[in-house]
Amino acid sequence: MTNRRTFITCAAAALAAPLFAGAPVLAADAPIKVGEVNSYTRLPAFTEPYRNGWQLALEEINAAGGIKGRKIEVISRDDAGKPGNAVKIAEELVSSDGVVMLFGTFFSHIGLAVTDFAKQRKVLFIASEPLSDAIVWSKGNRYTYRLRPSTHMQAAMLAEMAAKLDATRWATVAPNYAYGTDAVAAFKSELKKRKPEVEFVDEQWPTLFKMDGGSTVRAIERAKPDAIYNVTFGSDLAKFVREGAIRGLFDGREVVSLLTGEPEYLDPLGGEAPVGWIVTGYPWYDITTPEHQAYVEAYKAKWGESPKTGSLVGYNSMLAVAEVLGNAKSTDTEDLLAAMDGLTFNSPSGSITFRASDHQSTMGAWVGRTGLRDGKGVMVEWSYKNGADYLPSDAEARAMRPAD
Amino acid sequence: MSFYFAQLLTGLANASSLFLVASGLSIIFGVTRIVNFAHGSFFMLGAYLAYTFVNILPQGVLGFWGAVIVAAAMVSLIGAVIEFAILRRIYHAPELFQLVATFGVVLIIQDLTLWIWGAEDLIGPRAPGLTGAVRIFGEPIPEYDLLLIAIGPVVLCGVWLIFHRSRWGVLVRAATQDREMVGALGVNQSWLFTSVFMLGSFLAGRGGALQVPREAATLLMDLNVIAEAFVVVVIGGMGSVLGAYVAATLIGVLNAFGILIMPTIALVLPFLVMAVVLVVRPWGLFGRPERPQHSALESETPLRLLSGPAAYALFGAVVLMALAPLAVDEFMLVLAVDILIASLFAASLHFLMGLGGMVSFGHAAYFGLGAYAAALATTTLGLGMIASMILAPIAGAMGALVIGWFCVRLSGVYLAMLTLAAAQIVWSIAFQWRDLTGGDDGVLGVWPAEWATSKTTYYYLALALCVGGIWLLHRMAHSPFGYVLRGGRDSALRAEAIGIDLRRHQWAGFVAAGALAGLAGAVFAFSKGSVFPDELAIPRSIDGLIMVLLGGVHALFGPILGASAFTLLEDWITRFDYWRFIFGLVILAIVIAAPDGLAGGLNRLGGLLTSLRNKEAAR
Repeated sequence: MTNRRTFITCAAAALAAPLFAGAPVLAADAPIKVGEVNSYTRLPAFTEPYRNGWQLALEEINAAGGIKGRKIEVISRDDAGKPGNAVKIAEELVSSDGVVMLFGTFFSHIGLAVTDFAKQRKVLFIASEPLSDAIVWSKGNRYTYRLRPSTHMQAAMLAEMAAKLDATRWATVAPNYAYGTDAVAAFKSELKKRKPEVEFVDEQWPTLFKMDGGSTVRAIERAKPDAIYNVTFGSDLAKFVREGAIRGLFDGREVVSLLTGEPEYLDPLGGEAPVGWIVTGYPWYDITTPEHQAYVEAYKAKWGESPKTGSLVGYNSMLAVAEVLGNAKSTDTEDLLAAMDGLTFNSPSGSITFRASDHQSTMGAWVGRTGLRDGKGVMVEWSYKNGADYLPSDAEARAMRPAD
Repeated sequence: MSFYFAQLLTGLANASSLFLVASGLSIIFGVTRIVNFAHGSFFMLGAYLAYTFVNILPQGVLGFWGAVIVAAAMVSLIGAVIEFAILRRIYHAPELFQLVATFGVVLIIQDLTLWIWGAEDLIGPRAPGLTGAVRIFGEPIPEYDLLLIAIGPVVLCGVWLIFHRSRWGVLVRAATQDREMVGALGVNQSWLFTSVFMLGSFLAGRGGALQVPREAATLLMDLNVIAEAFVVVVIGGMGSVLGAYVAATLIGVLNAFGILIMPTIALVLPFLVMAVVLVVRPWGLFGRPERPQHSALESETPLRLLSGPAAYALFGAVVLMALAPLAVDEFMLVLAVDILIASLFAASLHFLMGLGGMVSFGHAAYFGLGAYAAALATTTLGLGMIASMILAPIAGAMGALVIGWFCVRLSGVYLAMLTLAAAQIVWSIAFQWRDLTGGDDGVLGVWPAEWATSKTTYYYLALALCVGGIWLLHRMAHSPFGYVLRGGRDSALRAEAIGIDLRRHQWAGFVAAGALAGLAGAVFAFSKGSVFPDELAIPRSIDGLIMVLLGGVHALFGPILGASAFTLLEDWITRFDYWRFIFGLVILAIVIAAPDGLAGGLNRLGGLLTSLRNKEAAR
């Protein structure tokens, strides 16, 4: 019975050794450490492009001399898709590795776990990818900022387009978890605001990544809607597109689909990508601003593949990190927070500001229709929507946040 | 009417693809008694391989079906290699230990698939000649669905013919009933098992390959399919292929109609069906009561109380742990709290499994109930930390009281699967009841009280609660209650023959284990600051199971060894790229080196050293 205690102690000592070895050197030219955590093994299709993105930006920033003569060092960890792990890792990054701030996360619930951790440990956290509205609104706190345009913003962009259609009878299909329910609720309220006569005749809530494509398609068909609002993604989207096309669900119906224009979702569909759907996404191939073209070229040169939405979010995350480190008086959390409010920086997708009122960035998204080009799905007739135009007013946003 | 008929056909097509996977699992389990966790991985490999071969082989009908067969054959070979290289070495390990090995295989295949095929979902072509839909009563039905509906019964008949009309099938069925006797009659069991494993893998691989025209090959296929495949096998009755077919049809059709009435039902439907079936028919639809295998009659070495020196050493170790905060940094304390939580959780599971012989696949239910009770008590009711923590074991015990009442009526894998169903139902309630639990946005802001905020204080609190809980479990193990549980495990008949109300004791065992798992959940909640449905979900149950089995099910300190090793390995190995591959290899290495778990391995090592020393002394 004694074995177990000694085992723990030995193992603890063995583990502790490398940690102590890496004790922070407080020299003026020592790198500034930044912690990063994401679900790299759980959803590599989304998180790997994101990692490529921030690594590219990190390389560029350090090659240009870093921040005030100091390089940035990112300590990146995989949370294996478990919120408990993410909190443990965040704890290690802050207390053992001595990072000055955190960024990252993809899943909303893990983003929320780290959001709450940031509040408890009083450390700055930039939530890069999670879309949940709660991160900046109902569960927001003074230590957490979010970069990517949220569920609500993207749903509002689509509702604006949907209001211009003739359709009044709508059906919705969304994965049965927080992201899906938020996305449907936001779309409904935004569309009703713009076009009160619409009615929602059916809702389908397939289990995430376990959609029964055929049955779901038929259940929607039965409601005979004029148009469909889709939130499913990944393998569910593939099933929905295949089963829907073969059963004629999309014939003569408008489909409005969240995120489907992002390369992460459109590329795998190949030649079966739907045509004419109204989507939010990222048409990197057709964006001609010089700063974006430079980014695409650098990305392709470094990684030998085309960028995805995650790449842009990762790249912009790193730019935001560099900007706040550069603007803050010191790397103390209070100084960093002071620099975060209203922080504005230029990115391949234009100028982005972190709003002081709700800590949401104004990074926008592209809205357009899907089409086919050379046997691949693309976005056509798109336009860039600035995130700032789809956020509630500062006063409304503040009212949604708990008192700090 | 035509709408409902078409919906029925859709449900039947889904049922067919579910059956194709489940049939292989059912065959493997029926013969080898291996709970093959890697079956989902074989399914995934089948899909990926078929995708690759469809693109290599010439296009057309022959190319497509050639790819399906080649993919299934390759998966079957992979299955043979795994059976030959790994599983064959551990058939004589304690029941369910093979599950740990297959868990390692799952991890390895996950990373290999990612490495070979990349992260992006892969969409294969539709089946040539079956790309369209035909109108039946005016409703469009995909031609491929019709083919799938036909394939199900064909496979069913094929399997039936093999098992009833071939010498091999007769031998396999004989081995299912009595392995030792078949061996004694001169049949080479090893090759029989390998061939069964190959057949099962072939069916899994083909199931995956046949999904290519319907869905994308993704890295999540393995875990998505495995739980439902098990559910189908259990509903049908272990080892009954016909049962699996009926069960798959039941679930497929109920799901197709269920989502018309309640679209969110898909989340939990298979588990609901399984719970109902098992409560009504404890051995599944077509199953028969499990015959005790010969090995089950071998009694284990009885547990012994600690000797004097060992007790002192244990006391010393606890003192050492109490002094740890003086020597290590903050994060080590956080990690130590994780280890303590995992140890208490694993120990409570071991109390059911090791002592009571009742395997639980759903132990996360009590952990999660405890975590949620503590979290909600402090956030919604505004109770203090200690008061909330007191509520947690009560919640765990209440959950176990209800779940246990149903479960003790069952035995073996059926009992285990009913606990899984119960846990999934609890999970789906936490997931869906957003007003109370926040759904998958979780409960946030569950931090320790002001006085316990420092890592050191919380470590002491966790140490006191977890060591106290483990002590209580060990105390119970050596009490008359513990003896009754062990007696019931070794021979339920004999225990009842001497007048023990075994069910009542087992039920009490559930409650005790549930209460302490709930306590572990409360310590977890306050250490992480947030609680999500993940704490109730299958992966947590599986982690607990792996910890207990890895540590050694026959030793009281096994679960603590297993939990410590698992937590430390996970923390350390996740720092590397492709860590799942490494983790899987480490698990396989442990499994092969110590088929009786870490505790058994250490014991043997100790014995070896002592005998060496004695020899030296004799010289």
